[in-house]
Amino acid sequence: MNILVVTEQRSGAWNKTSFEALSAGQQIAAETNGKVAALVIGKNVAALAEELTAAKLDEVWSVEHDLLDAYTPDGFTITLKQAIAEAKPDLVLFPHTYQVRDFAPQLAASLGKGMIGDCVGYRLENGQLVFVRQMFQGRTAADVSFAGAGPWFASLQAGAFRGDQLAQGAAKAPVKSVAVKIDAAQIRTKPEAPFQETKQAVDLTQAQVLVAVGRGIKSQENIALAEKLAKALGGELCASRPICDEGWLPMDRQVGSSGQTVAPKLYVALAISGAIQHVVGMKGSRTIVAINKDAHAPIFEVTDYGIVGDIFELMPALIAELTKGS
Amino acid sequence: MKILVCVKQVPAKDAPLAITQDGTWIRETDIGFEMNEPDGFALEEALRLKEKHGGEVIALSTGPERSKQAIKEALAKGADRGIHVADDKFFALDPLLAARSIAAAIEREKPDLILTGLQSDDQGSGQTGVLLAELLGLPHATLIMQIEVQESRLRVKRELEAGWFQWIELAWPAVLTIQSGFNKVRYATLKGIMAAKKKEITTTARESLGISPEPTQRVARIYVPQKSKKTEFITGMPAEAATKLVEKLRHEARVL
Repeated sequence: MNILVVTEQRSGAWNKTSFEALSAGQQIAAETNGKVAALVIGKNVAALAEELTAAKLDEVWSVEHDLLDAYTPDGFTITLKQAIAEAKPDLVLFPHTYQVRDFAPQLAASLGKGMIGDCVGYRLENGQLVFVRQMFQGRTAADVSFAGAGPWFASLQAGAFRGDQLAQGAAKAPVKSVAVKIDAAQIRTKPEAPFQETKQAVDLTQAQVLVAVGRGIKSQENIALAEKLAKALGGELCASRPICDEGWLPMDRQVGSSGQTVAPKLYVALAISGAIQHVVGMKGSRTIVAINKDAHAPIFEVTDYGIVGDIFELMPALIAELTKGS
Repeated sequence: MKILVCVKQVPAKDAPLAITQDGTWIRETDIGFEMNEPDGFALEEALRLKEKHGGEVIALSTGPERSKQAIKEALAKGADRGIHVADDKFFALDPLLAARSIAAAIEREKPDLILTGLQSDDQGSGQTGVLLAELLGLPHATLIMQIEVQESRLRVKRELEAGWFQWIELAWPAVLTIQSGFNKVRYATLKGIMAAKKKEITTTARESLGISPEPTQRVARIYVPQKSKKTEFITGMPAEAATKLVEKLRHEARVL
């Protein structure tokens, strides 16, 4: 199977999930005796393409145009369509980023094809490629395969594959430039420069211990108790998205796909159900503790130590235990 | 402004999920359903735009008879009328076919703005909005947190990853997918619920929309995922469980 992996960068900086998708592409190509190529898209991406030539890849495709400087769904769809026509892959892989969610279904549909999004794994079953994705917020998994002729499109969930396992090549991969045609009038959206709303006051990625609260904390007044527990553990307080949306904790304490990705020594999830959007941001933690009333909450899928119970009983009990004798 | 908002009905958050014998879907008997939470934010945004700029809000849902309840909820909250695409096998459609069916139903309405939630809490493909835009030949923007309506254009605030945002300008008609959580969703009032009874819901069968049934992907089976970690459950009264947990964190995991 010939695979084309579309990488992601912004202003010359990699989105690191690109390497996870490349690593997955290498694995699938190896198992199907196929080839794997990487694609870099943007303006002035020669240095990034050059960087990829060290990896074990058959080709590195470079798609450059002045109109690709700032990302637009139309710009990416129109030019990637041309690159795909030239590279003729069987399978196009993407990291499942916000940007990919914004254009990849459009690209696939413009070719009359479908996309299997947010995959967490794959299997080869009698020569057929089967992707595994989550449904019902991670409570079930589903085996999904493509129907009809390729090219097929799939995106991979952050953290599902190991970017640090990207194989290096014995020889330098050749770089191929695709001459794409695009006119400014074809781009229907006009993006302004990206900006950050708040200065990051706390760097959660540096914390050794994190205590996270979810919807089950019920009210803003109860946050203080969780904070006390975080302090007793010598850690920082963080939260899942609904808590920050409510304004109970500032946005810079949000862990998950739209917040920070963390990997502390200890992560304590208090009344967090474990929706994918949160789990992708913390599943790399060394030891994970979860306390939840629902024994079937998906958070327990990634938990080392679990307690099925009421956080309002367990938080004081843990604080008492940790501060005993001090 | 004529705004069409897509609302999906999904199993209630606390519904116990059991998988059907053939392994392709969940057992729908004996569980509750509710409006997909992310779509609730799209509906709220549609109602606010109407309050500010005038016009009409149309709520569209597809699925079996029960999915009309999601439309009724939208009507009770202030939507003006509903469109139900009747489809007992909607769950079996892949994202592209589902979007084709919805696009065919939308086409005759010619709305100025189409809003969807960010993704569904059941299948969660998160593709519908983008696919509708492609199929209807409209521009789109996703993960939108704020909408400014100008003469013939929209200026929308899009969420990027890791705390970054970006303003985007586009002409309408357009499709926007709404980020969850940034507006406070209203409750239906008793008055609204009573008024909704008089509002119109038109039903169209999916078969009448002339969609080619050719799928691009197939779900072979659905199952409870294998755990990636072995969880050790700690039991006992709170004080006892706390003692055991701290002991394990100190001496077994050695993280304290």
